[in-house]
Amino acid sequence: MKKIRVVLAGQPNVGKSSVINAITDARLHVGNFSGVTVEKKEVTLQRDGFEIEIVDLPGIYSLNAYTPEEQVAKQYLLHEPFDLIVNVVDANVLARNLTLTFQLMDMQKKMVLVVNMVDELQKQGGEIDRKRLEELLGIPVILTSAKEGKGVEEIIGTLIALYQAPKPKNKLFYDERIEEQIGKIVRVLRKSPHFQDEGYARFVAIRLLDRDEDVYKIIHDLPVFIELHELLGSIYRELELEFDEESTADMMNDERYALAKAAVMEVVKKPNLKESLTDRIDRLLIHPVFGLPIFLFFMWLLFQITFTVGSLPMELIDGFFTAVSEGVKNVLPAGPVQSVLADGVIPAVGSIIMFLPNVLILFMGINLLEQTGYMARTAFLLDGFMKKFGLQGKAFIPLVSGFGCTVPAYMAARTLKNPTDRIITMLVLGFMSCSARLPVYVLFIGAFFPTAHAGNMLFLIYISGALLGLLVARVLRSVLFKGEPEPFVMEMPPYRFPSLKALGMELWIKAKLFLKKAGTFIAGASMIVWFLSSYPAHPEIRADFMKGPAHLAGAQKAQIEHQIRARELEESYLGYIGKAIEPVFAPLGFDWRMSVSVVAGLAAKEGVVSTLATLYAVGDADEKSHTLLKRLRENISLKAAVAMIIIIMVYSPCIAAMSTFWAEVPQWAWRGFYLVYPNVLAWLLAFGAYRLLDMLGY
Amino acid sequence: MKAITECAVGTCGRVVKVRAKEPVKGRLVSLGVAKGAQIRILDHTLAKQTWEVECDGTRVALREEEAAQVFLEPGECTA
Ligand SMILES: Nc1nc2c(ncn2[C@@H]2O[C@H](COP(=O)(O)OP(=O)(O)OP(=O)(O)O)[C@@H](O)[C@H]2O)c(=O)[nH]1
Ligand SMILES: [Mg+2]
Repeated sequence: MKKIRVVLAGQPNVGKSSVINAITDARLHVGNFSGVTVEKKEVTLQRDGFEIEIVDLPGIYSLNAYTPEEQVAKQYLLHEPFDLIVNVVDANVLARNLTLTFQLMDMQKKMVLVVNMVDELQKQGGEIDRKRLEELLGIPVILTSAKEGKGVEEIIGTLIALYQAPKPKNKLFYDERIEEQIGKIVRVLRKSPHFQDEGYARFVAIRLLDRDEDVYKIIHDLPVFIELHELLGSIYRELELEFDEESTADMMNDERYALAKAAVMEVVKKPNLKESLTDRIDRLLIHPVFGLPIFLFFMWLLFQITFTVGSLPMELIDGFFTAVSEGVKNVLPAGPVQSVLADGVIPAVGSIIMFLPNVLILFMGINLLEQTGYMARTAFLLDGFMKKFGLQGKAFIPLVSGFGCTVPAYMAARTLKNPTDRIITMLVLGFMSCSARLPVYVLFIGAFFPTAHAGNMLFLIYISGALLGLLVARVLRSVLFKGEPEPFVMEMPPYRFPSLKALGMELWIKAKLFLKKAGTFIAGASMIVWFLSSYPAHPEIRADFMKGPAHLAGAQKAQIEHQIRARELEESYLGYIGKAIEPVFAPLGFDWRMSVSVVAGLAAKEGVVSTLATLYAVGDADEKSHTLLKRLRENISLKAAVAMIIIIMVYSPCIAAMSTFWAEVPQWAWRGFYLVYPNVLAWLLAFGAYRLLDMLGY
Repeated sequence: MKAITECAVGTCGRVVKVRAKEPVKGRLVSLGVAKGAQIRILDHTLAKQTWEVECDGTRVALREEEAAQVFLEPGECTA
């Protein structure tokens, strides 16, 4: 089968990922702000005997890439082999988008222009003359609305036809004076065997006028470099004088901007609007005085709902798993198989699934933040505040993503240009509690604080995590990374109504992942925990206890049974491990079971709750009437619970997040620092809180 | 000729000079904040540390330091 390699390029937030979602069965992440996609993603489909590979790239404003994620897109366009470019543009801001289109056309590849978001333009009574635009550019143009699925069905057919057709003639020419100099550069370039292809030579010549550093690197090692270098020097001087510009890059920008404006004048009919909906909403949401309080209110509301609404089905789910566990006990004969299921796997998996509603509500909140366009506003509102801590507003976006999951948040830090800003953001990102830590909080809050304040407590935990992150950023900035944070320049997208389909899809995917993790990873881990906590067997312990008076009555018997179980647990492998690490956690008031759970959380934060569930289930004699909440309350003091919450807030994130950090940060010094400092900080803070509460008499 | 930071919210005009250094300048230009563009000042935060402007249908947020480098000739609001 013939393979067609297609690359999707365009400015950020024009709907590239949405277009791919509309023409394939892919489920790429979509959001209404720049920099949603930060790494290339491949999707393949088959049609008419062709295998079509489509690559989604991060958005780029111009080929002079600025941020690391733009660099990803640029490197792909410059160095990877592909057959066709699909350039997606936003119909509402066509002129700005066309400046990139022209740069892509300079590459002299076969190209299709997809004008997306026409629904929005049409709703305002605007129109685009497709035929005229095709004539002007000399490439196929398709009008689409990826959101409404309109026009997108044409894309694949057009791609195949264009792939089979000969390459259309280049129609893009610049000012004569510029073309003359391009010609001169091309003549020198073509002396080198690397530039046999005339179109490629022209592209490189234009990029040199754009002062593209990456293209400099390409020509730097060529034999013609010396000659080229002299020629470029004189050409730059000549053109800069002639066009009265500081640099030929400015000249090229002006030139493309003028061409784009002229094209838009001809093809776009757009009525003048008085005041857009976005302006009206913004007047309230980014109000100088009310903007911040409104944002805080939204966040508070989110955590309030996460706790209260999310906790409604909890009893039900908990009850269900308790019943299943009981059922297993009645059906299976007593023995290791019964025990591993009823005491190990089922309570552990149940203890995690119990929190699915909370986690989904939190994800829903983050998704709405992303889809509506409010995310970019929060960056605007908080920029001044963040600046005090040595960060910039844009860093707020990865930080908020961190409330969902730390892994994509580390990736999202790619949108920060300055390497220092990026590393600081990544180092403090772990303090933004991810959704997998939510179960621990909900569990401990539920066990130790009155329900009336539970939502507030949750809000407080997340906010203090965020504040701690900012404080640490401040310290890092002043101790380790001197210097100013990068400039803050950011596009503010118009508000868009969230797509309920996209929201539903996202929640569905998140729910599936969550259940899968509970059913595989957590179930497996809980088996290990069960095994380690049940062996080696110590029949002599029971025998020892039974030496006493033979027939004990009710309460006493239960008490003895409890003591036996506790002793057995202590003499298990896990008991030994727990005892070995207990000294580390003893100053925080943890018993060995909590200590083991904290360590299990390094693999995955869900492991904390599931391990607690297993350990306290095994160690408990009277299982029928006890839920995990009650067991915790009976075994753990308030101050130890607070210390536990702090540890979970601050210490290292899970293995998956840690390996993402390693993949993104090549420097060994930072990798090492990253492994150690959160854990030390966590311990110190927890110890401080424990002592303080102790002094206050709790 | 006035810098953005010297203008009140609601001011319209035409951009006459972008004095920022590369690569910030390139970024501003590709967002539409370029010489000759129609500009409108939309908002600023309480301490005027961060500004929002609109150029050619695109809203751009920028810091005081960058906003002070963009100069406009105030005029009529067309849109
Ligand atoms: N009204 C409307 N909205 C759209 C359309 N296509 C995409 N959107 C919305 O535009 C926003 C951006 O879409 P994405 O697909 O994430 O854009 P992208 O180009 O991949 O963005 P980056 O990955 O950040 O470069 C999302 O909020 C989409 O829901 C469309 O045709 N009409
Ligand atoms: Mg995308």
